[in-house]
Amino acid sequence: MKVLAAMSGGVDSAVAAARAHEAGHDVTGVHLALSRNPASYRSGARGCCTIEDSNDARRAADVVGIPFYVWDLSERFHADVVEDFMDEYAAGRTPNPCLRCNEKIKFAAVLDRALALGFDAVATGHYAILREGTDGLVEMHRSVDAGKDQSYVLGVLDQHQLRHSLFPLGDTPKAQVREEAARRGLLVADKPDSHDICFVADGDNAGWLREKLGERAPNHGGVIVDDETGEELGRHDGTYGYTIGQRKGLRIGTPAPDGKPRFVLDIEPVEGTVRVGPRERLAVHGLEGIRPRWCGTVPASDTWGDCTVQLRAHGDEHRARLRVHDGGESVSVELLDPAYGIAPGQAVVVYDGSRVVGSATIASTDRSSVGSAS
Amino acid sequence: MTDPVYLDHAATTPMVPEAFEAMVEQLGRTANPSSLHASGRAARRAVEEARERVAAALGCRPGEVVFTSGGTEADNLALKGLAWARRDQDPRRTRLLTTAVEHHAVLDPLEWLEAQQGYAVEHLAVGADGRLDPASLGTALAEPASVGLVSVMWANNEVGTLQPLQRVVAAAGEHGIPVHTDAVQAVGAVPVDFAGSGVDAMTVSGHKVGGPHGVGALVVRRDLPVAPLLHGGGQERDVRSGTLDTPAVVGFATALDLAVARQAEHAAHLRALRGRLVDGLRKVVPDVVLNGPGPDSVPGWDRARLPGNVHVSFPGCEGDSLLMLLDARGIECSTGSACSAGVPQASHVLLAMGRDEDEARSSLRFTLGRTSTEADVDAVLHAIGPAVERARAAKL
Repeated sequence: MKVLAAMSGGVDSAVAAARAHEAGHDVTGVHLALSRNPASYRSGARGCCTIEDSNDARRAADVVGIPFYVWDLSERFHADVVEDFMDEYAAGRTPNPCLRCNEKIKFAAVLDRALALGFDAVATGHYAILREGTDGLVEMHRSVDAGKDQSYVLGVLDQHQLRHSLFPLGDTPKAQVREEAARRGLLVADKPDSHDICFVADGDNAGWLREKLGERAPNHGGVIVDDETGEELGRHDGTYGYTIGQRKGLRIGTPAPDGKPRFVLDIEPVEGTVRVGPRERLAVHGLEGIRPRWCGTVPASDTWGDCTVQLRAHGDEHRARLRVHDGGESVSVELLDPAYGIAPGQAVVVYDGSRVVGSATIASTDRSSVGSAS
Repeated sequence: MTDPVYLDHAATTPMVPEAFEAMVEQLGRTANPSSLHASGRAARRAVEEARERVAAALGCRPGEVVFTSGGTEADNLALKGLAWARRDQDPRRTRLLTTAVEHHAVLDPLEWLEAQQGYAVEHLAVGADGRLDPASLGTALAEPASVGLVSVMWANNEVGTLQPLQRVVAAAGEHGIPVHTDAVQAVGAVPVDFAGSGVDAMTVSGHKVGGPHGVGALVVRRDLPVAPLLHGGGQERDVRSGTLDTPAVVGFATALDLAVARQAEHAAHLRALRGRLVDGLRKVVPDVVLNGPGPDSVPGWDRARLPGNVHVSFPGCEGDSLLMLLDARGIECSTGSACSAGVPQASHVLLAMGRDEDEARSSLRFTLGRTSTEADVDAVLHAIGPAVERARAAKL
């Protein structure tokens, strides 16, 4: 196969490219330039947009022995991922830009271009397993390294995208990948993992959003209110600095009457109000999902089926029931045990055992009472 | 793997065997040309003989040749050195005139002088074929007392357009304003004569003429004060410090000498190949656009651009897709645009010529050279059709 290896400059994508090459594929390495000015989104820190990362990717491609190019995806990335990230925060939701990037950039813009240029597949260093199911469809499963599993951020991929994807690392624990990188002479072997959002410097989401959104958000500055008493507990300078379930950084002077910590319960971007309360008020029993994406066959509509769901990257798995509406246009999820700190805008990824069924964007959550998600 | 079809001679050229041999011979010797003993004198002699050969080839006096680490240093030395020295003579001289299509080794030092040193840079407009509009120079020279220097390249590195240097020299010379030219792409491709051209400073580079990398020269009139960039031992008449790289200087002089001696024959060879490539491309891809002077735009077009330059836009394609597809077929060319981190920026040259970003990004630059053959050209013509088809489908 002619394979395009997306190389971020990190250890995972370098080993993935090496493995694809070793497996006998005709591999070409490509670094995706996500910012026209490589330092503009993120300077001084490591991330996938810096010149150093581009150079690291180039050197890894040299070591593997494959051709290497840089593709400029900056306009598409800005329009589809960065703008969306800002819009979502401005609307009081909590987006996951990595999912968005996988859906719109890596396995869409890049994959489409690769296919048109004569490639058969795109290989990345994601930790997930692809295998052909009994029905002939390509299935995606969780990686063997539970700590590194990235099936959650890939839950947006459909069958066409999966069919043209290669994840050579899914069957290997991360520690082994690092050892392998060192053995292969890849200098990125001990490069630290990236955890933060690649275009946000130093993981400072709120600072980044404040700078980018400025006065754009209608909610620039507002009050922090106790949801139960209605008492004004403090002020904040932008709702985008808050996420449902957040505890740190509330800057509330007075302790709650019961002495227990308080959490962000709700964000009202128009009024600019951040509502806080005790942890038990965060318990989510069900949710409504929109924009579902299915990896393979769409589950039968208008009937409840057992599944598990994951509600954030590296989050816990919850036992749940899924109901698909309108032939797959929206979904309801009922959680058998409550989940905490679930924010609209995040993705719900649905699993059948280790297999990813699909995903949806959380539109609303049900925190009223047990088991009434309908 | 078979040898690649190398059509990127504007980026660098294969070293001529004579230069290679002369250089290797020098690499085996131990001497600093500034040393006073016999070995030092031998090295100094090699350097000075090289300087004389360079001078003879370029039509200047040996004392006007300042060896540098290459074209970029020579451009920096000319622009900063002249701008500083001229302002020292008369503080009103803060305007620096250039064209919008210069190489970054000219544009960026000027930008720095503007941002950090209080100069004002004016970029003179070019026409659709990349040629300086002499009228815009006339306007800019209406207040000559405030002008520090004029810098106009001899030939454009991307689209190959030759600039009307004679008119620039005539206009600036009237007011005693020095003219610098970056002749890196011109030497060996078209006749270049320093004294005959009337320019005051001229940049040349080793590796563009079949010589080694890391060496070049600024040719600059002796009576023109130039403030140094590099301070130290003062090896090059106090304008440039640093131990001279004797092997590189000798290799450079050998290659330059040959390039100039063979220029006419070389240009005829390139023109024939260029005609074959342009005609062939128009047959295979009918909507291809030749950038710079072409048969549809300028009478006598083939003398208005560098003989080995074919810069073309393929509507509906991304140049970097085409580059990758051709590279996979062993054909090496360029998108002709500047890259930092390998991120393609739309070419400032094409934008200055009035093209939009999309047009600018759809370009490829093929540059022919000494070792190019008809078979090389035919390899491009064979591969380009399917590549364009694919690249069109792949456009985001």
